[in-house]
Amino acid sequence: MNAVGSVAWFARHEWRLAWRDWWSMITGGKRKRLPAAVVAIVAFVAFMHLVAYWMVGRYANAAVDRQALLSITGSALLSWMLMISQAMESVTRAFYARSDLDLILSSPADAGRLFAVRILTVTLATTMMALPLAAPFIDVLVLRGGWRWLGGYGLLAAMGAAATAVAVALTVTLFRVLGAKRTRFVAQVVAALIGAAFVIGLQIIAILSYGTISRVAALQSPTLLALSPATDSVLWWPARAALGETIPLLAVLATSAALLAAAVAYASPRFGDYALAAAGIGRSGPIRTRRNAFRGGTSPGRALRRKEWILLRRDPWLMSQTLMQMLYLVPPALMLWLSFDRGDGAMQLLVPVLVMAAGQLAGGLAWLAVSGEDASDLVATAPMPGRSILRAKIEAVLAAVAVIFAPLTLALAVASPWHALIAGGGIAIAAAAATAVQFWFRSQAKRSQFRRRQVSSRLATFAEAFSSIGWAATAAVAAASLWLAAAPAVLTLMVLGGTYAISPRAHNG
Amino acid sequence: MQHVMPPPPFALEIQRLVKRFDRPAVDGLDLAIRAGEFYALVGPNGAGKTTTLRMIAGLLRPDTGTIRIGGMDALADPVAAKRIVAWLSDEPMIYDKLTPREYLEFVSGLWRVEPRTAKARAEELLAWLGLAPHADERCESFSKGMRQKVALAGALVHDPRLIILDEPLTGLDAGSARQVKTVLRERTRSGDTVIMSTHILEVAERMADRIGILARGRLIAEGTLEELRAAADRSAGAATRDGDSLEDTFLALVAEPAHVS
Repeated sequence: MNAVGSVAWFARHEWRLAWRDWWSMITGGKRKRLPAAVVAIVAFVAFMHLVAYWMVGRYANAAVDRQALLSITGSALLSWMLMISQAMESVTRAFYARSDLDLILSSPADAGRLFAVRILTVTLATTMMALPLAAPFIDVLVLRGGWRWLGGYGLLAAMGAAATAVAVALTVTLFRVLGAKRTRFVAQVVAALIGAAFVIGLQIIAILSYGTISRVAALQSPTLLALSPATDSVLWWPARAALGETIPLLAVLATSAALLAAAVAYASPRFGDYALAAAGIGRSGPIRTRRNAFRGGTSPGRALRRKEWILLRRDPWLMSQTLMQMLYLVPPALMLWLSFDRGDGAMQLLVPVLVMAAGQLAGGLAWLAVSGEDASDLVATAPMPGRSILRAKIEAVLAAVAVIFAPLTLALAVASPWHALIAGGGIAIAAAAATAVQFWFRSQAKRSQFRRRQVSSRLATFAEAFSSIGWAATAAVAAASLWLAAAPAVLTLMVLGGTYAISPRAHNG
Repeated sequence: MQHVMPPPPFALEIQRLVKRFDRPAVDGLDLAIRAGEFYALVGPNGAGKTTTLRMIAGLLRPDTGTIRIGGMDALADPVAAKRIVAWLSDEPMIYDKLTPREYLEFVSGLWRVEPRTAKARAEELLAWLGLAPHADERCESFSKGMRQKVALAGALVHDPRLIILDEPLTGLDAGSARQVKTVLRERTRSGDTVIMSTHILEVAERMADRIGILARGRLIAEGTLEELRAAADRSAGAATRDGDSLEDTFLALVAEPAHVS
């Protein structure tokens, strides 16, 4: 039995909650959904292993030269930036989420211990979130290249710890420099920028060097290779750790553990102060908004659409998410600009990127409009049929997607009307499909729970992602041959059909 | 020829209403409330008050039974019934990122109130509830009392005939509570009907024309305070006195259920 108020006692409390959250996420709170969830997980794991085999299987026994080290380091750095972004969101949440903080801060327990546990929980969660994507690649490399590749798991753990340490340092710095009120929004934007910057940077290098959007091409660039250090450089130790070399692996693990320990030692005792400062921001001055209200018609649909657009505009979290989506559109936009006189080759790559981005953006917006209703009772008691309410909300989402993607599609139309037509159709279908998934899995929640939307239904999240990928693939193939596009389209429709069949909507009517 | 005054129409009629979750939450409830009446629904925790009110507001579908609002079958034509109903819960559901004025504009749009009428009503309500100085501030910085007043303004801006309130005074300070009570009293004087659940028996005692006591999903007693006292005397055997509060009567009745006709 752990002593009450000790680190172990807090850890037990935190991890019990985390486990129940995870269990509820997997099963949707219903035990009978477990078999379907298990099947979905097994299918996902198998699919990811196939993808990994196709992508890296042939490199398992490649010589350890500078090119191999550069590729491993680049991929690890890319993942690490995403992990920092993820960890930063979690750390910010730990400062600002009130849930049980009032209870704990008002108790005689040491809040510093709680935050130490919360930092460790963030480390674990960040690592575990990277695991489903990283593990298949490591497994394939182990199967094809031998046990040494197990070092990949060591590197992953080190990356999780170091990412959390950097995230804590960044968030605490923002807190000290900007104060509690500004940090919440700025941290979200910084997290989004960190997550996107490295990917976009590599894509821009690839576009400018090779006219392709592929990040792999950037990592194989002779220029980058020429600039990279000699094979015996310490900078390659993370890559060598992944290759299972003992000294680099131990060094990487020790360094990341030391960074994490330093972050915990510095931030934990100050946690109470940060949390109290964050709690005080709700009592700051009001935001005045002068708008000429009570204009226009009296249609309930119009009222709902307008309300959705105002809320979307005024949601800082959503703005940062949208900013990230828009950032990912910078490389295709650059490519579009460069490809006006390059012919169809570049267009072929642009179409799926646009379709994919539209699907992802629509999914987020649809959750906010369909599930994230702060005044659900008010809307439910309004004298209009439920289907009209949903229609108005869906129209609001699709119109927002159209406003964002119309300029890019129009620019594409100047270069290639055919590709613009395919992209426009793909964007409409991907956005509609992502919205439909959110509709099938809708559950009442507050808009502030946007971050937790993926937690409420992992199936919906995967379905939304597969749908966007599927329609992006369909659009890519359609740009070359409409007939061939039937195959990915049918496959995507089957995924959507299966998703509907297991959705709560299908069972509840 | 002798003219007989027709009986006042019922604003709300409920018959044999049943709603079960894992156990019956509302179990064969009959209720009739006249137009212009202020009706308070009281009962212990888990008695079925909120479930009943949510079914009336169209937020829950009953398993069996009928609900008629202003003579309309609310289950057969919920949209028509909702046109004359307002719902307000103890947890004000408003949008943090909207201002009170924008919120009222939104609610008016949902109920298809003509913009000029809506604007006039909104300004009147904002002034009435002391919200005018904050009409263009986003609700995110508002206290619980102010949020509840914004939600109340939203409930009234479309001029409902039946106002359903679930614990509307929970968490309000004395000043805000008095404002809400005054507004509700004004509405019943102008012919609207109010049905309100409350844990604050003193509020029911002072404001309600009639009080219904709900326990285990059934209406165990109903009437004015005097009628309830008489019922308590009959059922519990323990004599209640004229000076006894509703609390004494309530405890006597809930301890030993009895039907009052």
